[in-house]
Amino acid sequence: MLRAVYKWVDERLDVTPIWRDVADHEVPEHVNPAHHFSAFIYCFGGLTFFVVMIQILSGMFLAMYYVPDIINAHASVKYLQTEVAMGTIVRGMHHWGASVAIVMLFLHTLRVFFTGSYKNPREFNWIVGVLIFFMMLGLGFTGYLLPWDNKAYFATKVGIQIAESVPFIGSYLATFLQGGDMVGATTIPRFYALHVFFLPAGLLGLLATHFILIRRQGISGPL
Amino acid sequence: MAHNQDGNQKQVHYVGDSRVRVNSKEMLPPDYSQFPGKTEQFFPDFLLKEWMVAAVFLVGFMTLVMAESPPLGDIADPTNTGFLPVPDWYFLFLYQLLKYKWAAGPFISIGIIVVPGLLFGGLMLAPFLDTSKERRPLKRPATTWIAILSLLGVIGLTWAAEAEHVIQVSSSSGTPAKDKKIVAEQDKGYELYKKNACIKCHGDKLQGVQGPPLLGVGDRTKGEDEKLTRKDIEHIIDNGRGAMPAGMFQGSEADKQVLLNWLMQQKQK
Repeated sequence: MLRAVYKWVDERLDVTPIWRDVADHEVPEHVNPAHHFSAFIYCFGGLTFFVVMIQILSGMFLAMYYVPDIINAHASVKYLQTEVAMGTIVRGMHHWGASVAIVMLFLHTLRVFFTGSYKNPREFNWIVGVLIFFMMLGLGFTGYLLPWDNKAYFATKVGIQIAESVPFIGSYLATFLQGGDMVGATTIPRFYALHVFFLPAGLLGLLATHFILIRRQGISGPL
Repeated sequence: MAHNQDGNQKQVHYVGDSRVRVNSKEMLPPDYSQFPGKTEQFFPDFLLKEWMVAAVFLVGFMTLVMAESPPLGDIADPTNTGFLPVPDWYFLFLYQLLKYKWAAGPFISIGIIVVPGLLFGGLMLAPFLDTSKERRPLKRPATTWIAILSLLGVIGLTWAAEAEHVIQVSSSSGTPAKDKKIVAEQDKGYELYKKNACIKCHGDKLQGVQGPPLLGVGDRTKGEDEKLTRKDIEHIIDNGRGAMPAGMFQGSEADKQVLLNWLMQQKQK
């Protein structure tokens, strides 16, 4: 039955080459932790992706309760954390996951750097990776404001002051981030939109590029 | 474009019914037969192992999540002047860098453009700066040393920022008192407070002049939610802190205890 359904779809859409392309490739021994324990350093990239998936999923559930305005933001987070079933777990996954993602991403960057895997022909994928790093830092910065507690508010104020001190474009940058001339009612929806739409869209695009390039070029050989 | 300029009668292949030429030289991943050892199918053999690693990772991660509930402070209050801002830990190095005189004020471009530009620019352009074929870190010492030194720099700055923040939190005035009343002004403790130099900096109503206010010092918190204890206050009186010099209290040990008793009475309702 299942086979018949697959055949019906495959006849029309020719899906076999698509998934065979993802599935059918050989993984060399030097990156396989089952053969060499030290190959666990090659897991950092995959684990970063895994944490990003955790972030996306937990974030989608948080968005069911979170209200991005200065009056209700803090109250909605508090409600989520104290009243909603499993709320504190889901928010915990998102909160700690943010730090863990940065740590894993950092470890992955170190692995690629010190194994010289960024070299010819993988220069472009390295640049994509650095952009992913910036994207993640941007997600961390915009997400930090959303609970709207004192820590969030004052840290964001300092962050925007830093942005403002950039020569020439600083004041425009600050106005763009704040949505006005102070951190307040217009800042939260702005950071929320950046955090859940703009930056994740950019991140997913970059991740897709990252993975397609890995598939194209294969993993770098043993040292 | 399908014409062959050189007159060669080569067959031109297109992708589907489009005008896109089939790329004769396919970009195939390297043949793993060139690597010695046991290669493995990605699906399903290797993927299963990846999932096992992910499962172990998930157990560790969920343990962390369940052990530490995510922090949520009081609702943002822009008028709270006593709150010490601190960014998330991965921005601390930049935050600390901008505190140094040579990277702030008139030299702000150094702190915000030059140093981060070198750091992130160097990171981004690494493949074009280190173009040798050599991949082993020990065989390309310049790259490796630059990376290790930058890494130590970032770690050092982060550590310095954290250490400085801990000191600042302990000497900040904390949350401003809600009701501004001295408790037990007739107490002998207040006499001692007046006779010693305390009053000059902390004010006759404990409101704080050059020093921080002492209103409500009896139930103040230090750091996130730890209580400031009698011992802590005694330590500050003896050793000073921040701008406060050591040994400001000149009286006897018994008098100091009276003063401490009185300070510990300063609780907010």
